[in-house]
Amino acid sequence: MSEPAPLSADDVAKVAVLARLNLTDEEVERFTGQLASILGHAADLAALDLSTLKVTEHPLELSNVLRADEVRPSLDRAEVLSQAPAVADDRFLVPQIVGEEG
Amino acid sequence: MAELPDDWEMVVGLEVHTELATSTKLFCGCSNAFGGEPNTNVCPVCLGLPGSLPVLNEKAVELAIRIGLALHCEIAPSVFARKNYFYPDQPKDYQISQYDKPLNGIGHLDLPDGTRVVVERAHMEEDTGKTTHLGGTGRIHGADESIVDYNRAGVPLVEIVSGPDIRSAEQARLYAAELRAILIATGASDGRMEEGSMRVDANVSVRRGPDAPFGTRCEIKNLNSLRSVQRAIDHEALRQVMLLEAGETVTQETRHWDEDAGRTQTLRSKEEAYDYRYFPEPDLVPLAPSDEQIDAIRASLPPMPAERRRTLLGLLGDSVTEAHADQISSVVDQDLDRFVTAAAAAGVGAPLALARVANELAGALGDGGELEEGTMVVLLEMEEAGEVSATQAKAVLADLVAAGGGDPRAVAKAKGFEQMDAGALDAVLDAVIAENADAWQRYVEGDDKLAGFFTGKVMAATKGQADGKAVNASLRQRRG
Amino acid sequence: MTARTIAEQVRAGERRATEVVEAALVEIATHDSDLHAFTEVHTASAREAAEAIDAAVAAGNDPGPLAGVPIGVKDNICQRGRVTSCASKILEGWQPPYDATVVGRLAAAGAVIVGSTNMDEFAMGSSTENSVYGPTRNPADHSRVPGGSSGGSAAAVGAGMVPLSLGSDTGGSIRQPAAFCGVVGVKPTYGAVSRYGLVAFASSLDQIGPFAANVGDAALLLEVISGHDPLDSTSLDAPAPSLVAHLDEGVAGLRVGLCKDLIEGASTEITAAVAASAELLAAQGAEIVEMSIPELHYGLSAYYLIAPAEASSNLARYDGVRYGLRVDAANVAEMNAASRTAGFGDEVKRRIMLGTYALSAGYYDAYYAQAQRTRTLIIRAFAEAYASVDLILGATTPTTAFEIGAKVSDPMEMYLSDVFTIPTNLAGHPAISVPAGTGAGGLPIGVQLLGPALSEERLLRAAAVIEKGRA
Ligand SMILES: [Mg+2]
Ligand SMILES: [Zn+2]
Repeated sequence: MSEPAPLSADDVAKVAVLARLNLTDEEVERFTGQLASILGHAADLAALDLSTLKVTEHPLELSNVLRADEVRPSLDRAEVLSQAPAVADDRFLVPQIVGEEG
Repeated sequence: MAELPDDWEMVVGLEVHTELATSTKLFCGCSNAFGGEPNTNVCPVCLGLPGSLPVLNEKAVELAIRIGLALHCEIAPSVFARKNYFYPDQPKDYQISQYDKPLNGIGHLDLPDGTRVVVERAHMEEDTGKTTHLGGTGRIHGADESIVDYNRAGVPLVEIVSGPDIRSAEQARLYAAELRAILIATGASDGRMEEGSMRVDANVSVRRGPDAPFGTRCEIKNLNSLRSVQRAIDHEALRQVMLLEAGETVTQETRHWDEDAGRTQTLRSKEEAYDYRYFPEPDLVPLAPSDEQIDAIRASLPPMPAERRRTLLGLLGDSVTEAHADQISSVVDQDLDRFVTAAAAAGVGAPLALARVANELAGALGDGGELEEGTMVVLLEMEEAGEVSATQAKAVLADLVAAGGGDPRAVAKAKGFEQMDAGALDAVLDAVIAENADAWQRYVEGDDKLAGFFTGKVMAATKGQADGKAVNASLRQRRG
Repeated sequence: MTARTIAEQVRAGERRATEVVEAALVEIATHDSDLHAFTEVHTASAREAAEAIDAAVAAGNDPGPLAGVPIGVKDNICQRGRVTSCASKILEGWQPPYDATVVGRLAAAGAVIVGSTNMDEFAMGSSTENSVYGPTRNPADHSRVPGGSSGGSAAAVGAGMVPLSLGSDTGGSIRQPAAFCGVVGVKPTYGAVSRYGLVAFASSLDQIGPFAANVGDAALLLEVISGHDPLDSTSLDAPAPSLVAHLDEGVAGLRVGLCKDLIEGASTEITAAVAASAELLAAQGAEIVEMSIPELHYGLSAYYLIAPAEASSNLARYDGVRYGLRVDAANVAEMNAASRTAGFGDEVKRRIMLGTYALSAGYYDAYYAQAQRTRTLIIRAFAEAYASVDLILGATTPTTAFEIGAKVSDPMEMYLSDVFTIPTNLAGHPAISVPAGTGAGGLPIGVQLLGPALSEERLLRAAAVIEKGRA
């Protein structure tokens, strides 16, 4: 496994957008240094040849954990909505969604 | 529309999301029911509350495997993954889906026209909540605010991804219709597109002829009827051809089909596309259905639409017309072929049974209602035996469906549709001929058009009780 | 007084739960303004619960094995209708509409939750300094950290305010503060204790576990919270273990590996404490074998890719839409970002960004997948080790508790304090930190015992031998 390119301030700025975090220029610079140092420590992994090993997706060797298709009580709506920052018409109110759809 | 200019060819692949007909959601015990007061079918899991964890619904897995088997997919051990992107209708800001290890791998679907469309995968995932846009136009563009109802969040879905094997909008519609019929036949979904039970996205590109490389594609969303599928694809392919003919390029993007305006418009471009950062869902463990389980599900699958169409064709024998073929497709699509096969098994002529089921029964049930197969069979037997006329049979059927069933003979009697005996009919005919002697003379001399005139007179005189076929036969007999 | 004694006396009607709880509330009132181990004290509900227990005893019913025992619960374990904030501004004031499975089990066992305990924000940290409530102080030395992230739970027991508490351990967050505060802390086998209702940091590593002043009480609490939970797909379908009953069975015949890789780099006094513990085990008939598992050195690097990757996804839901902090903005995307920016502290942001990066297109294989393959390497190395030893002995931490503020500016330096505890989390194995004396300044020292999956009973037996040997 070859070592990826070192982390740049540009990368940090891009990651912040993906993670929905606003960073000041000063923070971008500081985080770049800190993250680069952590990733630098991880360089020892890049040096390992692990190509024959499987990826551990899970510490347990469990599979097929299923539940019966039986209805259980839902939550009380008033209790749920009492925790919401903004509500309208018994629904969660959010500001404008710009030009995108899931 | 439908024809692209010159040697242009469209290349289409469809992504179909279908909701599964379970009692509960995919990962929690909340009810999976359409509609309902907003935010009442919600719990910590489907609201994505901190600390909540998903547990997989076994019925959803079974239904997903049913779909996979019906589409001839390879059923494989699978792993759920997280698809990470922020959107307010998504409670956890990631969707639990299947990524590199889908439950249903490669398969295929054969269209009624014989075209084989590859099914690349049919994977399980959870649905999102429902967003309503307030203010502005009421659509997403220009809305001031939006409100979110999470009743639909976590509803089980199977996403069926076709290969780029479809070459016309008509074929795309056929594919969607055939898939819908398969989903209904498996019992995995009710196929109600208008309620969002089945939703279609289309990837469309165009190229100059079948040997040219694939062009840049656009994904069209919001195709919520079979008609929209066909219209939107036709429109989008033509839009792309016109762009290319004008020397411009197609931009890879997601477009939204506006059914009212009859056009697609940009939703987001590729530059805005997300980096989904898929990784295996650590809160769930791998799913590995056993061969025994798969075999048991396979054994429980009913015949699929293609086979059912073949069965009806077999009942009709050699006398199949194009109209019959349409009726066959239509009754199978509507899951009504069981009425035809039941009637045929009881000895009723297949063409009569097919016609009544495809037209009158489908029409009557279309408005909502139910009827037992045996009831329909009795009615068809009555009509075939001449106990009731065609007109009367239709009236009796409408009453039966409206009442959700009943005894056809009792309904016919109550409506006064009792068989006129031959003597009574003769007497009426004598009277009608006597009153219209001139017309009768012309008829006897060969003016065939007058047959209808006399039938009408007899029907009027008997208030519709006479059997049209019997009247016709008598008229011909008397003319000699 | 031990939790076991309290419960026995309350069940026998010799002591009233209300008295026990009042005494705990007095202890908290006396000490917690200095220590700040609790984020919130649940005075009213604790009194109510205690009264109910006394009433049950009076009616001839058994309130359960923890009858009347006051307990602190880490602020990342959901308690219905009580603030569960993960010590984060983004969840300030959030009241879950449901109880974590372990909270239900505590109530069913008769335990009385007297308060929620302080922690590093979203369990990210090793010092309990990253808390919106401010830092918790080490009961042994108020100028020092209690460790983290479950520092409040450790300090609450260490200071004698409560006999028991619950924490969570993702990379050492129970064992490291247990060592720093001189108490017993257990990280159970992954899947042994339900995670339902534990606010996720890194789902494949997180595990709830007990803090106690002694090994027996830790065993009792672990018994109560263990066992299968159908609400957690990763919960092991095994019956709850019988731990207390076997506690005094000793270590005769057990092979204990003295693991060089879990000692090297520790201070001299800690190294000496590990050696002394080995002697105590040997004196009771254990066979001590020197061993090395060099693969463990990759644990820290793998952990600091895997845990942030999972965290970046787990913490996406704090978006200002359904609960928690919202900072208004013109559109949803800006509102999400403004809320998250204002609501998360620096350490959380750092890990979210690190994890987002490790999962992003082009880096997934080099970072996340490579780290998960390293995890396989470590699991195999442990399996090989456990083919020849029953348990492994090492240090819990490289040093004793450090000064408040000493490591806040250098994240990597802070991460290194978890170097000995992380490997077990990656493998999903259990481990325990048990007090093993004090070092300079009277600061507590802990030693760590590690075992294969579901070896809790064996671990507690060995820990009991060390505890008894020192007494
Ligand atoms: Mg999808
Ligand atoms: Zn739910």
